[in-house]
Amino acid sequence: MRRIIGLLALAAAPVAVLGVLFVLPVTGMVAEGFWVDGDFDPRGVLDVLARPRVHRVAWFTLWSSGAATLLSVLLGLPLAFALHRLALPGRGAIRAALLVPFVLPTVVVGVAFRQLLGEGGLLGFLGLDGTPVAIVAGLVFFNVAVVVRAVGAAWESLDPRPAEAAAALGASPVQVLRTVTLPALRPAIVGAASIVFLFCATAFGIVLTLGGVRYATVETEIYLLTTTVFDLQAAAALSVLQLVVVVGLLAVSARLRFVPDATTQRTTARPRRIRPGDWPVLLFTAALLAILALPIVGLVAGSFQVDGAWSLANYRALGGDGESRDGTGALLVPVTTALGVSLRTAVDATWMALAMGLAVSLIVTRRSHTPAERRVRSVLDGFFMLPLGVSAVTLGFGFLITLDRPPVDLRDSALLVPMAQALVALPLVVRTIAPVLAGIDDRQRQAAASLGAPPWRALLTVDLPVVWKPLLAASGFAFAASLGEFGATSFLARDDNPTVPVVIFRLLGHPGEMNYGMALAASVVLATTTAVVMLAVERLRVPSVGSF
Amino acid sequence: MNHVRMRAVAAVLLTTSLGACSLMGTEDDGTATESPATSSGETTSEAAGTVVLVTHESFSLPKKLVKAFEEETGYDLEVRAAGDAGTLATKLSLTADNPIGDAAFGVDNTFASRPIEAGAFAAFEPELPEGAEEYALEEGADRLTPIDNASVCVNIDKAWFAAQGIEPPQTLEDLADPAFKDLFVTPGATTSSPGMAFFLATLAAFGESWRDYWTQLLDNGTKVVDGWEDAYYGDFTAGSDKGTRPIVVSYDSSPAFTVEGGESTTAALLDTCFRQVEYAGVLEGADNPDGAEALIEWMLTDEVQSALPESMYVFPVSESATVPEDWAKFAVQPAHPYEVAPGSIAENREQWLTEWTDVITR
Repeated sequence: MRRIIGLLALAAAPVAVLGVLFVLPVTGMVAEGFWVDGDFDPRGVLDVLARPRVHRVAWFTLWSSGAATLLSVLLGLPLAFALHRLALPGRGAIRAALLVPFVLPTVVVGVAFRQLLGEGGLLGFLGLDGTPVAIVAGLVFFNVAVVVRAVGAAWESLDPRPAEAAAALGASPVQVLRTVTLPALRPAIVGAASIVFLFCATAFGIVLTLGGVRYATVETEIYLLTTTVFDLQAAAALSVLQLVVVVGLLAVSARLRFVPDATTQRTTARPRRIRPGDWPVLLFTAALLAILALPIVGLVAGSFQVDGAWSLANYRALGGDGESRDGTGALLVPVTTALGVSLRTAVDATWMALAMGLAVSLIVTRRSHTPAERRVRSVLDGFFMLPLGVSAVTLGFGFLITLDRPPVDLRDSALLVPMAQALVALPLVVRTIAPVLAGIDDRQRQAAASLGAPPWRALLTVDLPVVWKPLLAASGFAFAASLGEFGATSFLARDDNPTVPVVIFRLLGHPGEMNYGMALAASVVLATTTAVVMLAVERLRVPSVGSF
Repeated sequence: MNHVRMRAVAAVLLTTSLGACSLMGTEDDGTATESPATSSGETTSEAAGTVVLVTHESFSLPKKLVKAFEEETGYDLEVRAAGDAGTLATKLSLTADNPIGDAAFGVDNTFASRPIEAGAFAAFEPELPEGAEEYALEEGADRLTPIDNASVCVNIDKAWFAAQGIEPPQTLEDLADPAFKDLFVTPGATTSSPGMAFFLATLAAFGESWRDYWTQLLDNGTKVVDGWEDAYYGDFTAGSDKGTRPIVVSYDSSPAFTVEGGESTTAALLDTCFRQVEYAGVLEGADNPDGAEALIEWMLTDEVQSALPESMYVFPVSESATVPEDWAKFAVQPAHPYEVAPGSIAENREQWLTEWTDVITR
């Protein structure tokens, strides 16, 4: 009992943050639907759930997200292996480049995809434009990096010796993978899959741009119901439905993730040399990277073209003080300024997400002594994943109507944008760090303690060396998520300091070929910046911090 | 080992210094927004404070004009973008009892009734410039002031039709003609504001039989995409090299942006238009209602009205404002656009959109 109280005390701060920034706004917005003109009317909300359209929308959401998740995991695992276990030349650069799709504004990716799949495009003969297949492909394009990075971080710090021992005893590579490696990676894989599913199920821009108006998911439907139709009752009904389904899925994933003895051997293993047997994986990796690069290549090529001729004009325009060719000035600030805002915001969002994520990971992975304690931990764990599974529209409007009065008047706070982005990144951080922390043998800490180390010292010598790499992977994630975040940012940001995605949307919303070219160029700049920052993070890796 | 430690220290230093500079950045922003009250107090005797304008993401006016406004009135203008037109209307409606600014701009005639019904706007009727009266709302003219207008029209790629030797379409009926099979792309009514405007045009043109018309459109290979960007830059032949459809839903001003060698390669079909009027209003319960009123009066001046085409791609409501040369030549406004009463839109929006979606997804 005392342990549970201690646990809750530790969790108090992150829970309070999430309570104010998530629970309060969402309940506030959902309540708008339940109370019609001051009267409590739950019947009306229930009636919405009986609509056939709602069933269609819910079913489409489930299967398209499920398919995209499965594909992301299946395609991501070989990539995680090749990029995190093998001494592949240039793997740092490839890993950095893999995060590029993650930050591209969805409308830009949508246009790039449609130029590829559309009637006149390179893959137009496949006839995929506007089909569910295109939606699933788009979702996979965005989310493969999540699997690669989260699973790769766990794989990288996995001790290779058990696998080598199994191989020495005569196990085939497939047997080693099945009986030794995959079980050790299971928490990380399930964790990554559950995040990808939540990302897919709440994907907004991709579904709209790639599926046209024929396919709706719960997320796009909530948006339409709230902003276009203003049917708050129906929006509330769908929000509740979404929440219930997400909670159910989190429970399932917690069960799948649970390993009776999570302890795995962790080291900071060096990548091994490439062997002849690795060629299938390498070929697969190369093919997948080429496919992922296709839409991006189209994008980059487009950014260097003006009126069908090669030109740098789009890039030159970026530095201007918001004046485009004909002096119309679609922008309030030049893209270069917006880039500064983006980077500053991302730094803030990253440290917030890391601080919270580290606290949460420590809380949920400490060894439980009773079933009750374990239940408390897994409920907490799920609680911090929830923000991903809830409509950004519901959350955004909830902010407006609940956090508008003292003591929590956050509507005009400059920190609101990084805070919202940190919430988006939090589950990514937790799901990257927690599986690794959970794999640390608790006896190491006990040994440290019995040798007289105070808790912080034990944390520094036992946990830090192991968690260092995942922490860097997570910070890269959080940084990229923040750089590319559009939904919450466009909703909350003030006009005088927009981030790059906001500027790109502005450019795309204005006619004129120069603006379109500038939007492409700005997207390329955003993507390049992300890749460079990620590369720097990779460079800063401390390879053997565990040895001091 | 030292080497390793140095790198660890460098990493920590780098992250903390980045963090520090970023925190300073945000603090700077904080003080910047608070300082106007004091700085304006220094420049003018009547310390008037800040006016907060809530608007949609397309709002933009030349910096010079804004500066002139601030110097003349002593107010400082702070602009807060609130997403697209629908998001703006929803935000204003939801925050009617505790407004997110002093004035709002960008609510159009397809969304106006929602925030008005929610009581988001205070009464304010400035003196309108010549010509603006015709854009005033029937219900709610005492709350919302017309600022600009633009019509959503079907656009065609003249160059494409000339090259193919086909006579281009003229009317909405033509779009359903097999001669133009698979040539038309439009953004969806549920997902885009121009898409909604085009839908309203068809509604005004065909009345109760709009469903039949849309069925014919779809049978004729009409492509329905998510947003205007997608239709124009993705599918329209004049919007990108890869586009395959020479007919698109866009604006009456769009031809002014496709000028090559003194001639526009595209044209708006003026018999297919629906007019969108954008309004501004003082928010009920604003901290600075006087500033909000001054701001709206300023938006009606000829300086601002004449700047609207270049900065926001819309036409002024004032007759005395001047329109740029390219616009005068290539951006022709329809004489008789289709109209649907805002009250009727408010009442039927949900049902229409539901039925439209049913037709589209059939």
